[in-house]
Amino acid sequence: MKTLAELQAIRDKMRQQIDLRDASDDRIRVVVGMATCGIAAGARPVLNALLEEVNKRDLKNVTVSQTGCIGVCRLEPIVEVYVPGQEKVTYVKMTPEKVASIVSEHLVNGRVVEEYTIGAAE
Amino acid sequence: MSFIRSHILVCTGTGCSSSNSEQIIAEFEKQLVAQGMDKEARVVRTGCFGLCALGPIVTVYPEGACYTHVTVDDVEEIVSEHIVKGRIVKRLLNRNVAEEGAVTSLTETQFYKHQQRIALRNCGVINPENIDEYIGVDGYAALGKILTEQIPPQKVIDVVKASGLRGRGGAGFPTGLKWQFTHDAVSSDGIKYVCCNADEGDPGAFMDRSVLEGDPHTIIEAMTIAGYAVGAHQGYIYVRAEYPIAVKRLETAIGQAKEYGLLGKNIFESGFDFDLELRLGAGAFVCGEETALMRSIEGYRGEPKTRPPFPAVKGLFDRPTLLNNVETYANITWIFNHGPEAFAAIGTEKSKGTKVFALGGKITNTGLVEVPMGTTLRTVVEDIGGGVPGGKQFKAAQTGGPSGGCIPASLIDTPIDYESLASIGSMMGSGGLIVMDEDNCMVDIAKFYLEFIVDESCGKCAPCRIGTKRLLGLLTKITEGNGEPEDLDTIEELCNHIKQSALCGLGQTAPNPVLSTLKHFRSEYEAHIYEKRCPAGVCKALIQYVVDPAKCKGCTRCAQGCPTGAISGAVRAPHIINQSKCIKCGACMEHCRFGAISKQ
Repeated sequence: MKTLAELQAIRDKMRQQIDLRDASDDRIRVVVGMATCGIAAGARPVLNALLEEVNKRDLKNVTVSQTGCIGVCRLEPIVEVYVPGQEKVTYVKMTPEKVASIVSEHLVNGRVVEEYTIGAAE
Repeated sequence: MSFIRSHILVCTGTGCSSSNSEQIIAEFEKQLVAQGMDKEARVVRTGCFGLCALGPIVTVYPEGACYTHVTVDDVEEIVSEHIVKGRIVKRLLNRNVAEEGAVTSLTETQFYKHQQRIALRNCGVINPENIDEYIGVDGYAALGKILTEQIPPQKVIDVVKASGLRGRGGAGFPTGLKWQFTHDAVSSDGIKYVCCNADEGDPGAFMDRSVLEGDPHTIIEAMTIAGYAVGAHQGYIYVRAEYPIAVKRLETAIGQAKEYGLLGKNIFESGFDFDLELRLGAGAFVCGEETALMRSIEGYRGEPKTRPPFPAVKGLFDRPTLLNNVETYANITWIFNHGPEAFAAIGTEKSKGTKVFALGGKITNTGLVEVPMGTTLRTVVEDIGGGVPGGKQFKAAQTGGPSGGCIPASLIDTPIDYESLASIGSMMGSGGLIVMDEDNCMVDIAKFYLEFIVDESCGKCAPCRIGTKRLLGLLTKITEGNGEPEDLDTIEELCNHIKQSALCGLGQTAPNPVLSTLKHFRSEYEAHIYEKRCPAGVCKALIQYVVDPAKCKGCTRCAQGCPTGAISGAVRAPHIINQSKCIKCGACMEHCRFGAISKQ
């Protein structure tokens, strides 16, 4: 290593990984329902698509996590978005295709994608 | 394409390693593969989280769930429930340190809430065996900035001075001043040295070990900065051989730093060369004393020398030498990354920053804690430490190891900083903090520390070699019930002589445990001498185990449990303890179900 730029390159690469270990409250949490019902309905491809999209866009303040059954199994796969200080938003019947618009609209621009929410489905 | 979405952090510090954390890691790796999760979750070895009493500790991110007392058998469940299904395994969460219910995240516990981590900032967060992870948390950024911008050494020293950092090894000498003295000293051939004192020998202190095990690169970076500031090109880390994990991780870290060109010739193309070597101590307590440590590095028997000349003028191989303790170095890069003002804003007027304490003894949360200077002893013991277990009364806290003293319960609201501790007859020391309850005899405690000193005295000067031995003799006489009234005066006189005439810091402070207990717990000494009684029921010569005939049911359990056959009596009739055969082990008291046996 000869320059600061080389050090910076390693730091940026690692920073992304280590940010995962930041459990502080000011981060946006995206939680995927991954109980049997969720997995059966296709939650895993949704989770993978979310992770891919978040990493691609390098969203440092977003944590993708998973949870058990939320209770409305018929609407799985379910993804919930917790933005600090706001009411959580529940997206239902998720597919990998819907993920991109939720990431770009909701996580990046802060606009809830109404048509995919539980309110629209009910 | 797949992404690692979960990190499983397993503590591999000495505490958790001794309770099988290596096997837990192996099982995690096996289970992740078996359950098809090895592409989504990764196992990371880390240093100490600080909650050693609850080990082995496993933390799973991004949820930050902290699992305690994890066994190899729990691993399958953590993987299948938490990693696969995202359900936190509640039964393994850390209930002990939470006030109510199960707190998932370690940072939300009472244990962590009052803490502020600077020296321990990376312990339990990064993998100490991976230099990239250290770089990922701004590692080597301070060194890179200083060297590439060619910041003048005097400016570097000014930053350390402005931070107000004082030596964390015990005496609390201002670190910036020490750097200045070494910088200003003239070496006949231009050679100077930088040393790190990692010979942590105080009974009960293990913060330096945790830093070396959890974040070795921070020491390497800080020593390199120090070398640049004082004009040294060679550094030595003097670490005790009793810390094998720390030694191994330091060796790994030094190897990685050399490979990256962060140690060696022409670092960051700045023309600055710096190299580091390890020296292993052979277990002598006195080698933690600075002049003895340097003699030992030179290859001689570790014995202190008179000062002055101070090491900054004439130290290792008779060249100007900078010697700082591990915890002191652990603060350096933080100061450069966050600015000296940020550091100086923490703590009290004369004691800046934070201090790490190794909590031990009669305390619920045994472990490592880091608090801002000026935090009261009460906060550390009651809020962070969780108080004395078993509903017992807090009696005293011992700080500073064999050089320190006991702080009685009446002074529990004393703020912890260098001056306050010194004013009540104790000292900061390296940071061991041993809590004692009503079952501890203060004369016995003083005797314990003195036994340690007598064992570890290097023997070079008479006050320490002979004086502490005589002092121990007097204390032993008192604990055996042969104490005479004039003994207390003799003890005090002898203590003062040793303080004034011993050669090195260890000898001069050796009487502190005796003097401070005598000052705060004189009545206990007097009870031993005048009433031939040990109030805490510890000194064997002064206690008797007796059976209360009214409560004894004659069940014979005590007689069966007695290792010396000292108890006799017929079935269903009150038993009797033969005092001449009794060795006062207390086994009978533990065996009795009716509370019929008591200590008198």
